[in-house]
Amino acid sequence: MAAETNQSDFAYKFEAPILEVEKRIKHLSERATSRHEDLSAEIEKLERERDRLLEEVFSNLSPYQRVRLARHPMRPQPMDYVRMIFTDFIELRGDRRFGDDRAIVTGLARLDEHEVMVVAQHKGRETREKVAANFGMPRPEGYRKALHKMKLAEKFGFPVVCLIDTPGAAPSLEAEERGQAMAIAENLFTMAGLRVPIVIVITGEGCSGGALGVGVGDRFAMQENAYYSVISPEGCAAILWKDGERAAEAAGAMKLTAADLIEAGIIDAVIPEPIGGAHRDPQRAARELERYLSDVLDELRPVPVGGLLEERYRRYRELGVYRTLPSTEDVESPSV
Amino acid sequence: MLRPRRKKKDVPGGLFVKCDGCGEMVYRRNVQERLQICPECNYHFRIGARERVRLHTDEGSFDERDADMAACDPLHFVAAKAYADQIKSYMQRTGLNEAAIYGTCRIEDRPAVFAAMDFRFAGGSMGSVVGEKITRAAELALAEGLPLVTTAASGGARMQESAYSLMQMAKTCAALKRLSDAGGAYISIMTHPTTGGVTASWASMGDVIIAEPGALIGFAGRRVIEQTINQELPADFQTAEFLLEHGFLDIIVERGQIKQTLARLIGYLS
Ligand SMILES: [Zn+2]
Repeated sequence: MAAETNQSDFAYKFEAPILEVEKRIKHLSERATSRHEDLSAEIEKLERERDRLLEEVFSNLSPYQRVRLARHPMRPQPMDYVRMIFTDFIELRGDRRFGDDRAIVTGLARLDEHEVMVVAQHKGRETREKVAANFGMPRPEGYRKALHKMKLAEKFGFPVVCLIDTPGAAPSLEAEERGQAMAIAENLFTMAGLRVPIVIVITGEGCSGGALGVGVGDRFAMQENAYYSVISPEGCAAILWKDGERAAEAAGAMKLTAADLIEAGIIDAVIPEPIGGAHRDPQRAARELERYLSDVLDELRPVPVGGLLEERYRRYRELGVYRTLPSTEDVESPSV
Repeated sequence: MLRPRRKKKDVPGGLFVKCDGCGEMVYRRNVQERLQICPECNYHFRIGARERVRLHTDEGSFDERDADMAACDPLHFVAAKAYADQIKSYMQRTGLNEAAIYGTCRIEDRPAVFAAMDFRFAGGSMGSVVGEKITRAAELALAEGLPLVTTAASGGARMQESAYSLMQMAKTCAALKRLSDAGGAYISIMTHPTTGGVTASWASMGDVIIAEPGALIGFAGRRVIEQTINQELPADFQTAEFLLEHGFLDIIVERGQIKQTLARLIGYLS
């Protein structure tokens, strides 16, 4: 993944033809301006070509291409959306136990008339920031910070908005020493009973317990090109075929796209992205996200807490697919 | 995400068995007589869910619920092998319908709800059935006012059920939250190995958490950590003793003492 970092002009292979045409459009426009030539016909032709290519490439993305868009170095990150959507954001740091994890940013903010607690997973963009944020892999103190701020939200009656974008919880000696598993478990447990509305949106990568650790709530949506799965496609391929290169197949098998997950009844909504992905028009992507958040916050605000918690319980209670064996197929159980 | 290493740790049929703790060839009958514990080094060999019932609950008291619940293949998951076929083969090989069983029982005459995992079934991975059974066990404990006891043995999530598997973590914790809010008691026993999504959900939410000596307990696998971080890991990394020292366990209890310990704890907690 080293080749995909720190490039403001980064493009995947499947994006390249589009960017090529855009470069030509830009070039012609500049020439038209500087030399006062009328190139509008040619430019329009190229624009049509670009739109055709966009349609061709992006109406038919494979699951793994979506995973790659979810990881696009130029894709807006949760904190970019916080800046674009919310006002008066005031960051609140620290888990009051061990430290302040930069892979999860928490704080108070406003959206319309709503005062909310924002819990935003954070990858960072420049190298130093990425290292500080551990490339978006939270440590136990990140989950504990989120929990501390969610309890603050509960005390003051603020709804919680969790924006998810992580390749997974940190796998490290220190994370294990400080109870990574226990920190995540504690969050699942507490979020199940938190007495304020919780809205979850996956904006990029929603990978495994690392995503779920701040991902239990009353409304659950994904951006169109986000993914959600129990393990990364590379990790899945490494286990299934001992070959991480077969990640594309694994991505297909795990049904990890927003369209798959809404069909499975796991998420409630798919938030549209501009064609080509959120990075091609971050403002527009932000407007769509804002509309979703604003709608569900309006919707959840009047719900009494008893009903809210009952519905939240039902939501998770019903998830799972199993069957009852017919008696003939029943494998004989050895007696105890 | 560990997968079962067949025939390696599950006590095989020969006269002697190689101990993973000390590497010695030990007389198989001596291991069996000692509850599948190595007479040389106290290594606790892995045992199945039925053996857990036999060792930790009163004889004949276990009344299994939902024994006929089995996995589906919601994603139609096909890799090297089809998930549906794997499930069938695990059923045949283990005589179990899934990686967990649960029911009511008595522990030194005290009634309880007991759930046990079995690592031999798909590496004790948690899919919809394991999640549902643990959830029902918690709901049963709540409805009947009984303490809940679980034994975990898991390589983590059931990859072939992807997001459904992930959702079992949230579902089980939600049920345990309700049990806890109602004042119900939950004792979690972590056995070798307890990793991934099971450690990061219900197994860690016990009011009291017990582990067997030497059990591997953690979130990320040792190899994943070594590869990702390129870090040297201490020899006792992710052992029960390591967790006890770092404050994430209440007690380490020898296999033979677990039942008695459960009974004493239930005496306090209910
Ligand atoms: Zn030994």
